[in-house]
Amino acid sequence: MEHFTPWSSLLGGVLIGLASAMLFVGQGRIAGVMGIFNGLLGKVTSDYWWRLFFVVGLLLGGVIILHYLPQNSALGFSRPLPLVIIAGLLVGFGTRMGNGCTSGHGVCGLGRRSPRSLAAVLSFMGAGMLTVYLLKLVGV
Amino acid sequence: MLNPSKVLAFLDITGNWDPSLALVMVGAIGVYIVVYPLSLKKMRKPLLDSEFNLVKLTKVDRKLVFGEVLFGIGWGLTGICPGPGITNAPVFSSTVMTFLISMTVGMLIFNWVQKKYSI
Repeated sequence: MEHFTPWSSLLGGVLIGLASAMLFVGQGRIAGVMGIFNGLLGKVTSDYWWRLFFVVGLLLGGVIILHYLPQNSALGFSRPLPLVIIAGLLVGFGTRMGNGCTSGHGVCGLGRRSPRSLAAVLSFMGAGMLTVYLLKLVGV
Repeated sequence: MLNPSKVLAFLDITGNWDPSLALVMVGAIGVYIVVYPLSLKKMRKPLLDSEFNLVKLTKVDRKLVFGEVLFGIGWGLTGICPGPGITNAPVFSSTVMTFLISMTVGMLIFNWVQKKYSI
């Protein structure tokens, strides 16, 4: 097992859990980033502002990590752009179709003990693992 | 998990497997699984809104599974998913920005399809 970082991972996870819990206690909303972001693509309603604040929070978090722990960010990570485009399209389309991503289904959904989210997590984990395996076989 | 390489290392179960993401999930779910039911039990409403916005969908259907499989494939291609994708925007690399733009386009395409075909 290379690069296994148990303690920072656990701590990071706890922070994610706390943030998601805060959104539920404070705003009564599920912390699913895809759902939250999707709401920003439509009309500006009263619903808009907590979503905007949430995304700004994410960006601020990103700025902090980029400044203090850049090795933990996507700095320096690159993939061939055609692959990235396909990946983005699949992620955007797929999470909308499945109504959630790793935060919505993975953290909140499993935390809510939702059978729907369990099916979602098994689906995307399985598909993700298979994709990585196949890419390795093909030599990407 | 903002580093896509770490995510890909978790998904690489037949290779140099890095289980870190599993611990992230354990930490996150561990907190949420306690706070979620507790807040519903102890609070009449959330602090800043008039009611809890609960998830109404319950059925495990083909749309869910197919959608999440598509997501999983996209995730396996770059190791980037929506949360870390957006959080990494300050990195402003061509990979991150191309991903975010493509993700947004993918979302808009689905929203359009959903509206047009009422799915």
